Amino acid sequence: MSGMSCNGNGGKQTCDFRVKISLFIPCFIDQYYPGAGIGMVKILERLGHEVEYPESQTCCGQPAFNSGYWDEARAVAETMLDAFRDADVVVGVSGSCGAMQKVFYPELFHGHAREPEAVALAGKTHEFTSFLVNVLGVGDLGASFPAKATFHDGCHGLRELGIKREPRELLKHVRGLELVEMAEAETCCGFGGTFSVKFPEISTAMGEVKCASILETGAGLVISNDSSCLMQIQGLFDRQGNKIRSMHTAEVLANF
Amino acid sequence: MPNDSREKILRRIREALSVEAPPRHLAHGGLPAGEHAPAEWLPPVPPSLDGLVSLFEKNSADLKTEVRRCADAAAVGSELAALAREHGWRSVASHRFDLGNPAVQALGLPVVDTGDSYETAALERCDAGISGCDCLVAQTGGIMVTAASAGGRALSVLPPHHVVIASKSQLVGDLADAFAHLRNAHKEIPAFVSFITGPSRTGDIERILVLGAHGPKKLTVLLADDPELISG
Amino acid sequence: MSTESIQFHRDADRLAHDLRHRKLIQKALGGYYAKRDEQKAKYTDWQMARAAAAAAKFEAVNHLDKYLVELTDKLAGRGTKVFWAADGAEAADYISSVAKAAGVKRIIKSKTMTGEEIHLGQALGKAGFDVVESDLGEFIVQLREEPPYHIVFPSMHLTRGEISDTFEKKLGSAPADTPEALTMIARNVMRKKYCEADMGISGANFAVAETGHISITENEGNARLSTTLPRLLVSIVGIEKVVPKLDDLAFLLPMLATSGAAQNMTCYNTLLGGPRQPGESDGPEEFHVVLLDNRRTALLADAEQRDALHCIRCGACLNVCPIFKNIGGHSYGTTYQGPIGSVITPHLRGLQAWKHLSFSSSLCGACSETCPVKIDLHHHLLQNRRNAIAQKPVWWEKPIFGGFAWLMRRPALYRLAAPLLRIGAPVLHAIRGKIFDPARMWTGTRDLPPAPAQSFKEYWRSRHAKR
Repeated sequence: MSGMSCNGNGGKQTCDFRVKISLFIPCFIDQYYPGAGIGMVKILERLGHEVEYPESQTCCGQPAFNSGYWDEARAVAETMLDAFRDADVVVGVSGSCGAMQKVFYPELFHGHAREPEAVALAGKTHEFTSFLVNVLGVGDLGASFPAKATFHDGCHGLRELGIKREPRELLKHVRGLELVEMAEAETCCGFGGTFSVKFPEISTAMGEVKCASILETGAGLVISNDSSCLMQIQGLFDRQGNKIRSMHTAEVLANF
Repeated sequence: MPNDSREKILRRIREALSVEAPPRHLAHGGLPAGEHAPAEWLPPVPPSLDGLVSLFEKNSADLKTEVRRCADAAAVGSELAALAREHGWRSVASHRFDLGNPAVQALGLPVVDTGDSYETAALERCDAGISGCDCLVAQTGGIMVTAASAGGRALSVLPPHHVVIASKSQLVGDLADAFAHLRNAHKEIPAFVSFITGPSRTGDIERILVLGAHGPKKLTVLLADDPELISG
Repeated sequence: MSTESIQFHRDADRLAHDLRHRKLIQKALGGYYAKRDEQKAKYTDWQMARAAAAAAKFEAVNHLDKYLVELTDKLAGRGTKVFWAADGAEAADYISSVAKAAGVKRIIKSKTMTGEEIHLGQALGKAGFDVVESDLGEFIVQLREEPPYHIVFPSMHLTRGEISDTFEKKLGSAPADTPEALTMIARNVMRKKYCEADMGISGANFAVAETGHISITENEGNARLSTTLPRLLVSIVGIEKVVPKLDDLAFLLPMLATSGAAQNMTCYNTLLGGPRQPGESDGPEEFHVVLLDNRRTALLADAEQRDALHCIRCGACLNVCPIFKNIGGHSYGTTYQGPIGSVITPHLRGLQAWKHLSFSSSLCGACSETCPVKIDLHHHLLQNRRNAIAQKPVWWEKPIFGGFAWLMRRPALYRLAAPLLRIGAPVLHAIRGKIFDPARMWTGTRDLPPAPAQSFKEYWRSRHAKR
């Protein structure tokens, strides 16, 4: 896709090429945070692309994988291999699940019959903000969202997928949005999937450090590419009686 | 050693290594092909001698190593005498080295000579240890010593004040250069080599820096400009 | 759950709630990040330096037999006695017998985590020798009869007040309220000990095969003194400490300082290749190097995790680990804390007993990102988990994940979850936090999000219905 571009057009960007994008909607986005997925749909369609959603997808298998049950994880991951078999490009709204498919599927299927499919799927999977910036080349989506916000870097997206600059690139164009960096932006929020319920005390302590750092910025909103992290952060703020809100990047960017 | 587990351990190692390990460190970018010297990635070092001197002085300042420039042998003598006065030295330890000997003798203080056998207790009572060095490392702001260049293994670490008398021409760029010097200057790499980078320090209490933990609390380098002061 | 796991949960949970501890560690490590980044920025290319360091250790570990033999020969060539110890008991017995044969009474130790690993100090104490730790942090925890808190900063968890109390009680010193004054107390005590000790014991950070030297990195000078003044010196060295060439130290030494202590270079980096040589005026008359296996060969045999033997014990992974910072070093209950400890302890001390350290991580990856020798630390935690479960699945987890897999392979059934959650939400809310709340591990400290009006799948179906 090099040489093509998405241009600003009076505040509303459209692309001069069309991609068929297969949506990867992780299980807890589907169940708890559909807004992130809906935001992604809105943005991609506004840019002029075709989105399709293989309905047979359920979960990437990460809970079983992280708990050491790789056979069970593989059984679940196979449904993703099936769902996206004919996809050109797979875009997901989670750094964590994106990393599972992009980085860990080849390892999970290493030595198994379906390894080539896993490697192929890994190759065509993208996290949403990375896809917008690095593949589509967009910056200004014409969004507006007046608020003082801070960004939380989910660990998998940051360290497994190398995503740091991309969400900030996109958010800096959002009219009215003041983005301030917190000191502990890259520090783990303590969610870690099953870790959060297997080691709740440690998880909570880590979350408290994160929340304290957010509070220090004076922001009223925390944004992240990972709704799982936001579940942890918002869960703590709610329990503390704090009025700080949290939103997925796609939800902020879809405000046009 | 006849009664040890050398053969058992070697057998275990060879068995373990019969399976190849994946080079995981290459996963996210390994080294470019070809031979590479460490200098390529370490902090850069200026090419000129004056540049090296400046870098050494800057790093020394950060480390709280005192550097006093001396134009010639006479200046070395007067600076050393000034140090003795400032710190009230009553006895010092040293060894035979050309850069230092006239100045140390001229102090008129009792001198423990650590070049030959000596009493540890006598060295322990000395207020300062005055030594030469193999070279000065600009990149780290440090000094490389061996037993031959610094009067044994203890002189540069037991007395509370270590004074090094060195010449500007002893400056090298980085540790790789220091190792090259080691190979050139000595027939075999000596049994004792130490890099001294600043006065002794610790951060073990509340991570707060304290100078003079067990080694010297003060490190002074008398840096002579005159190249003729150097001998072998 | 193993007894180690139960102890871990108890200690980790207690410390996770300890706000005083949390603040203390945050303060202690506060300056580290900025200074470390300052040092890293000076490098022409820090990432290339990491690649070079990783390559040097990869070469060493994957030809370990060759380099250990070369090291031994070169050391022996200068009169060093090299003893290969299969385990801690062999090492301690050898060192004891050397000390006994030489009529040693007083031993002074400089910091060695390998010595700590095999409880060398205690073993020698039991054998009747007087052993003192010369490193300030180790000296303090030795007086307090505690294990070291951190592999590089053993007394990081203590305030000056606590240290002053310890000195007053155990040394009879006057109260002191500055780090400077406390350090001077220790310095004065130690000076006598160096001069009086019959034997010094050290560890090593590296062992150079090419030239036959061990290399010791320190700031205090206690290792310089412990390895110089006593008439006997024993250095205990893990077999994985080998590096092939002297020139490898040209980048490994600065990188160890940068990662470990945010310094350009530590104060003393000393190469020791033999006892006092002809022509030398001081130094130990006898020098013994004990090469220790103690199950390092077991880790070597795990080709997938072999790179964990590249570790240069800088402690950087501890410094960046959010779990370490919240639970503290003692909670780990074993010599090596933090991410590296969690990775290697199952290999050194048993997988089933120590797997909990690999599970108690959110896998954030900060450790792998920071490791100067590019060990794939957080991925090894995943592999330990897989290996532990493959060996022995947890009896109640297996059916749950089996059920999870069964459900997730049936999208039609999975789609029922959303309406069920909406129906069940008020009930879940009512029993929140109570003993029969299935989500109480979460809801004990955090609220759950409300169930949305429709799931994504329901939204997608409805939008297609509209079209």
